[in-house]
Amino acid sequence: MLEVRDLTRRFGGLLAVSGVSLSVASGEIVALIGPNGAGKTTLFAMISGFVTPDTGTVRFEGRDITGMAPHEICRLGLARTFQIAQPFGRLSVRENIAVGAHLRIADRQDALRRAEAVARQLGMERLLDQPAAALTVAGRKRLEVARALATGPRLLLLDEVMAGLNPTELAEIVPVLRAIRDAGVTILLIEHVMQAVVSLAERVYVLNQGRMIAEGPPAQIATTSAVVEAYLGQGAAQRLGGRAVAGAVP
Amino acid sequence: MRMALVIAAACAVALPLVVTSDFWLGFCITVMLSTLMGAAWNVLGGYGGQVSFGHAAYFGAGAYTAALLGMKLGVNACVALALAGAAAGLVGLLTGYLSFRYGLRGSYFALVTLAFAEVLRILAGAVDWSGGGVGLYVPLHVGAANLQFASKAGYYYVALALGAGALLVGWAIQRSRLGAWLVAIRENEDAARALGVHTFACKLKAITISAALTGLGGAFYADYYLYIDPGIAFGPGVSVEILLAPIIGGLGTVWGPFVGAIALQGAGELGRRLLGDAPGLSLVFYGVLLVVMVKFRPDGLIGLFGRFARQRPAHA
Amino acid sequence: MLEPSILLPAAINGLTMGAVYALIALGLTLIYGVLHIINFAHGSLLMAALYGVFFLYKLLGVDPYAAMAVLVPAGFVAGYALQRSVIGAIKPGRDQNVLLITLGVSIVLDNLAVYFFSGDTQTIDTRYSLEMVNLGVALVSLPRLIGLGAALVFTAALWLLISSTDLGRAIRAVAKEPHGARLVGIDVDHIFAMSFGIGTACLGAAACLLLPMFYVSPHVGQVFVLIAFTVVVLGGMGSFTGALIGGLLIGVTESLGGLIFGESAGQLAIFLIFIAVLLFRPTGLFGSRLS
Repeated sequence: MLEVRDLTRRFGGLLAVSGVSLSVASGEIVALIGPNGAGKTTLFAMISGFVTPDTGTVRFEGRDITGMAPHEICRLGLARTFQIAQPFGRLSVRENIAVGAHLRIADRQDALRRAEAVARQLGMERLLDQPAAALTVAGRKRLEVARALATGPRLLLLDEVMAGLNPTELAEIVPVLRAIRDAGVTILLIEHVMQAVVSLAERVYVLNQGRMIAEGPPAQIATTSAVVEAYLGQGAAQRLGGRAVAGAVP
Repeated sequence: MRMALVIAAACAVALPLVVTSDFWLGFCITVMLSTLMGAAWNVLGGYGGQVSFGHAAYFGAGAYTAALLGMKLGVNACVALALAGAAAGLVGLLTGYLSFRYGLRGSYFALVTLAFAEVLRILAGAVDWSGGGVGLYVPLHVGAANLQFASKAGYYYVALALGAGALLVGWAIQRSRLGAWLVAIRENEDAARALGVHTFACKLKAITISAALTGLGGAFYADYYLYIDPGIAFGPGVSVEILLAPIIGGLGTVWGPFVGAIALQGAGELGRRLLGDAPGLSLVFYGVLLVVMVKFRPDGLIGLFGRFARQRPAHA
Repeated sequence: MLEPSILLPAAINGLTMGAVYALIALGLTLIYGVLHIINFAHGSLLMAALYGVFFLYKLLGVDPYAAMAVLVPAGFVAGYALQRSVIGAIKPGRDQNVLLITLGVSIVLDNLAVYFFSGDTQTIDTRYSLEMVNLGVALVSLPRLIGLGAALVFTAALWLLISSTDLGRAIRAVAKEPHGARLVGIDVDHIFAMSFGIGTACLGAAACLLLPMFYVSPHVGQVFVLIAFTVVVLGGMGSFTGALIGGLLIGVTESLGGLIFGESAGQLAIFLIFIAVLLFRPTGLFGSRLS
C-alpha cells in the first residue's frame, strides 16, 4: 500500500533523512521507532506532503505521491496526525472532528453526525461539546486521531499518539487503535512507548540518525544489537551480553 | 428565534413609515451600509482569520466601476451595481491570488493589503480619464432604475436589501462546508491542510466573496453620496471604518457586523452630540473604541449577550 | 533629462531623504525584531514628535536640532509607557489583536491631531533652512546633509548599544527567546517596553532632523508609515544594516523615479517594491535577528 524508496532530505548542513526505504502492506500495523532526532517526524512530513524530499519516491496504492500537496494526499486516503497536537482551539471537539469529516461530506449536519460517530469510536462521546483547548494532553492526542480518522483514510500515519499517556490511558487506547485497523484502516505509527509497539505492531522499522538500521517483528528487533546501540550507545550490546532486552529499551 | 426574525424583518421594512426624519433615515442608511461592508470583511477576516487592512481597494474598485459605467457608458445603475461587485470581486481574486500564492499570513498579509489599496489610490489620482485627483461628481438622475431617489426612503430600501443580503451570505457561509474549512484555516492552517482542506482555494473564495460584497457597498456609496475621489474611495480611512464594525460587534458571527455597525454609528453620533461636530473627534472615538474592544472584549459585543453568546464563531 | 548634472543632485537628495527614512525604519525594525509586532502606530508617533519639535520652536524658540535633547528622551518615555500600558498588556491570543491595537492607537493620535491642529500644513523657517552646501558635484541643502550625518551616527550608536551593552545583551536575549530570557531572570516586560521606547526615541530624533526640511500636518504620519514599512521589509525585519541601506535605496528610488517619471510614479515605485519584496523575498535583503 505504501512504498517509500530512498527518501533523503537535508536541512542546511543537517542530513535529516538519508536513503530511507520502507513499505506497509494493506491491513498491517507497522511501527517506526528510533531515538529522538532520528528523523522519524521528518519522514512522516515527507510522506504526507508537508516537506518535499530531496531524492527518493513515495508511492501510495501504486500512485506516485512524491511532492504532492498535503491536502491532495489526504484526499487520496493518507492522513496524518501531528506530534505536538494541533487542535482548532476555539472549536468544540465535535466541530474539530467535523472538519475532517467534511473532506468527504459536504452537508454540515451530516458532517457533525459523522464526527459524533468517530468520537464514539474513540471513546470521546463525553467530550463532544467541550472546547478543544480545554482538553488534556491525552484528550488532544485522541482528538488528533479522531480528526484524521474522520477524513476516511485508508492509511493513517500516527505520530507519537501515546506520548504523555499514563498506564490507564495507554491500556485504553491500544485496543481502540487495533479496532481501527480491524475496521479497515492500515496504520503506520511513530512511537517511543515500547509497550505499545510490542503489543500493537506486526513489524517494526528502526531509524537512527536519518538511516534505517533494522526491520522486523518486535521481538526480533529488541534483540538486534544495532538497535540496542542506537538507544544505549556504542558497545552496549556487547556489554549487555546479547540478552533479550525487550523490557529495558526505553 | 424565527418569530423574532420575522418581526425584525417587518420592522425593518416598515421603518420609513415610522421614521420620517431625513436625518434618522440617513443614519439607518449608514448603519446598513456599514453592516454590508462589515459583513463582507467578516467573511475574510472573521471566519477566515485573514485580517485585511486594505479593503478600501475593493470599495474603491466598486465605487469607480459603478460611477464610470454610469457616466461614461450610460449603463443602467442596477446593472452597474452588479458589475461593480464583479469588478471588485476580480480585484479581490487578483490580490488574494498574489498574497496567498506566496504564503502571506498574519501581519504580512495585512501589510500587503494596505499596499495594494495605496497603489490603487495613487493610480486613481494619476489617471485623468477617471477624474484624477479631482474626483468624480456622479450626476443625479432621480429614478429607481438609476438607484437614485427623491427621498431617503428609496435609498434606505436599497441599503437594507444589500445589508440584509450580506448578513445572509455570512449565515450561509457559517453553516456550510466552506465556513467550517475557513474557520479551521483560521484556527490552525497546517492542521487544516493535513485534513484535506485546500487552504489556498478556500482563502481565494473568501477574499473574492468579501471583495465583491464590499464593491457593492462602494457602488451604492457613489450613487448615494454622489462624489468620489481617490482618497475617499481608496484611502486608509475607509479600510479602517470597514473593519471596525465586525471587530466591535463580533468576528466570525452572523450578527456581529450588524451589532457593530449600530454601536459604531451610534457611538459616532453620540460623540458628535456631546463633543460637537469637530473634525476628527468621531474618529478618535472609533480609535479608542477599537483599542478598548480588542483589549477587553476581543470576541466583540456579541460575546456580552449571555444566551446569545452560545452563537460562538462557526457554531452550527 | 538624464544628464548627470540633474541626476546627481536628485540622487543625493534621495540619499538624504532616505537617511531620514532609515532612521524612522530603525525604530520600527527594532520593535519588530524584539517584540515581533508590526507597529502601525509608528507614523502617528512620528507625527506627534514632529508637532513636539514644531511647538518647541514656535513657542519657545528652541532650535530643532537642539530639541533632540528633549525629544529623544520624551519619545523614549512615551514609547515605554505606551507599550507597558496599552500595547503590551493584552491577553495572549491572536497576534492580529496587537496589530489592531497599534492601528487603534494610530487612529486616535492622527485624529486628535486633526481635532487640535485642523488639517493645516505647517513648516518652520530657521536661519539655515535654506542654506545650501556646495559638494562640488551638486548643491545640497544643509538640513538634509545634517540629516544624513545624524542618521549614520544614530545607526552606529544603536548598533553599539545592542552589541556591547548589558541592555543590548538582554534585548538580544529577549528577541531570540523570550521564555528562556524570563527563566534567566530578565524582566521581559521591561525589556519589551525598553525596546519600544528606544524605537520611539528614534522617532524623536528623526522628527528633529525632518522638520527643517519637510512639513508637519496631522496626515504626515500616514505619508511615512508605509514608507517605513517598505524600508523595513526591504532591508529585512530586525536588521539595522537593512534599515539603513533600505532607507537609502528607497530614498534614491523615490527621488529618481519621481524625477524621471513624475511624482506619483515615485510613490508608486515604493509600493510596488514593497509588494514585490513581500511576495518574493519577505526576509528582505539582510533579514535576520537584530544585526
